[in-house]
Amino acid sequence: MSATYEIVVCAGIVPDPLQTLEPVTGLSGPALKNEMMLPNVLDPWAACALYEGAALVKKAPGSKLRLVSMGPKAKLQQVMMTAAQKAAFELVPVDGPANGFADASAVAEAIAAAIDTIAGLDRTKLLLFGGWESASRGSGAVLQIVGERLGIVNQFQGVDELAIQPDGSFRVLERIEGGKHQVSTCTGAPAVFGWATGSLPEPPNNPQVGMANMRTVLPALQKAKAVALAGAPAYASVALPAGRRTTKIVKDVPVDEIARDIVAWISE
Amino acid sequence: MDTLLVLLHTEADGSLPKAAREALSAGAETASGLGIADWSVGIVGKGARDAAGTIASCGAKRFLAAEGSDLETPRYGSDAAAAETLAKASGASIILAPATSRWCRVLSGVAHRLAGRPDAHVTALKAEAGKLSVTRWYYRQRFEAVLSRAERPWIILLDPGCQAPWQGAPGTCSVEAVAVAVPGDAKRTTVTGVAAPPAAEQTIRPDAKLLFVAGAGWTKKQPDGQTHAPEAEALILSFITKTQASLGGSKSIVDMSGEGQTTFKFMTHMNQVGQTGATPRHPKGLSTCCHGEEPHVVGWRFVNERRAVNLDPACGWAQGKADVLYVADAFAVMARVNELLKG
Repeated sequence: MSATYEIVVCAGIVPDPLQTLEPVTGLSGPALKNEMMLPNVLDPWAACALYEGAALVKKAPGSKLRLVSMGPKAKLQQVMMTAAQKAAFELVPVDGPANGFADASAVAEAIAAAIDTIAGLDRTKLLLFGGWESASRGSGAVLQIVGERLGIVNQFQGVDELAIQPDGSFRVLERIEGGKHQVSTCTGAPAVFGWATGSLPEPPNNPQVGMANMRTVLPALQKAKAVALAGAPAYASVALPAGRRTTKIVKDVPVDEIARDIVAWISE
Repeated sequence: MDTLLVLLHTEADGSLPKAAREALSAGAETASGLGIADWSVGIVGKGARDAAGTIASCGAKRFLAAEGSDLETPRYGSDAAAAETLAKASGASIILAPATSRWCRVLSGVAHRLAGRPDAHVTALKAEAGKLSVTRWYYRQRFEAVLSRAERPWIILLDPGCQAPWQGAPGTCSVEAVAVAVPGDAKRTTVTGVAAPPAAEQTIRPDAKLLFVAGAGWTKKQPDGQTHAPEAEALILSFITKTQASLGGSKSIVDMSGEGQTTFKFMTHMNQVGQTGATPRHPKGLSTCCHGEEPHVVGWRFVNERRAVNLDPACGWAQGKADVLYVADAFAVMARVNELLKG
């Protein structure tokens, strides 16, 4: 593989999935209760994109990996303490809200503007990575819009595989309906890849990589520009779904009886 | 006064997918609710003009069609150009489309081109007093929000399974053919086909009446101190073959397959339900050997009737989330279920 790439991973931060979340109404609209107290993680599908990007850099020596992430500085710093141990990257932080109620178009504009500021970025080699949907807004909108904003019309969503071919072209597998993948080829960069799970496990923490990253991450965080986002929709309500179910516990009952009950139920 | 375009695409065989007819049904209701008499339907893809005839009696006043070799396969650059062109030709301020993989890939980008706003994974629309609001979920189906927007055009992607599909007689209608200029750069991408698992391992069935969710418990040591993954695999595969259920997996079990541990050959990340997986819509769901929030809370948010087989009667995730919790050994239960299904 002789080509080199400029891989830019767009990854938000979200509350740890194991946290209990509750919506509240703040001054600027809906928010999460105790949002600043919740431990955050890199958005799961975007994290897959980061790991895939790091693997691609290893296969294409000379390539660069950058991570563009938006969130409150303190939360970004907390997340980077772990994320920075997973892969070597240059952080491009944006100091802004992280919650899913912000408008996707405004978030995309802020991220695109941050990418615009990356010095020396060769856009002819640009591979824009991210998760195909976030675990917060879950709209799958931001990456597409960033791609449009950067003038990239070769985009792929729900990507599980990106294989560089001997001629430098890409073979891409995208998730489609019914557990299938659409198979495409693309002649090369620039392109957008909204990753699903991909095929790589989460890399183990590497403290040496983490320390090397943090030498640039912390100064970058200090310089991060604050952005204000406008254009959020008008929320009439944001609520937890209605109530608990009354669960019937079937215990100390013969297996045969349980099996018959299940068969009768699925046959109804 | 808003104007409406229902934006559809055809399948590879030229037919309209079920999700398209659902969006059409929602579009007709929305037009009625907003008092829009002159609403439009736009169709992209192979056989688009013929497909318009199959929905000629839906009530739309205009039918726009974009077809041609560049639009026969789902590709971002050409689909975005087609959607943008049809949106502009219709002049619509509200564009409603089914949240298929084809439209989800492009319509947020198209909203940017139109200086509009997108909202994906909408589950309901309400048109009242001349104002449209939509319902969608946030934080992986944890919060349900109702929202509206002032910005136009507003592109709304309606999730499949949320609306009864439109049904009506085919007929004849005047179809305006719309030419789409596909940029040369977009043609750097070529769709070469579809990769699907072998029929015997095709375990994801979006239209199935039952979702069967397997948890990592199937791969753990059983009372004899041994694991029984091959037996578990056979039991699960036999059950979903007999019932034609769709198979879901907890994060734990699909991660095991990704990390090369012994698990089921047919279980991939595509099967995962929950936080970083799918939240499929099925009338019924049966979870087995699951002990976590993902399958019980997030994964089956849109499953109506829910039952679980679990050895732990105090399982906090099943209690309050499932209708029935069978406290039993899933190996024994599913073996007997399979025997009964034979008869």
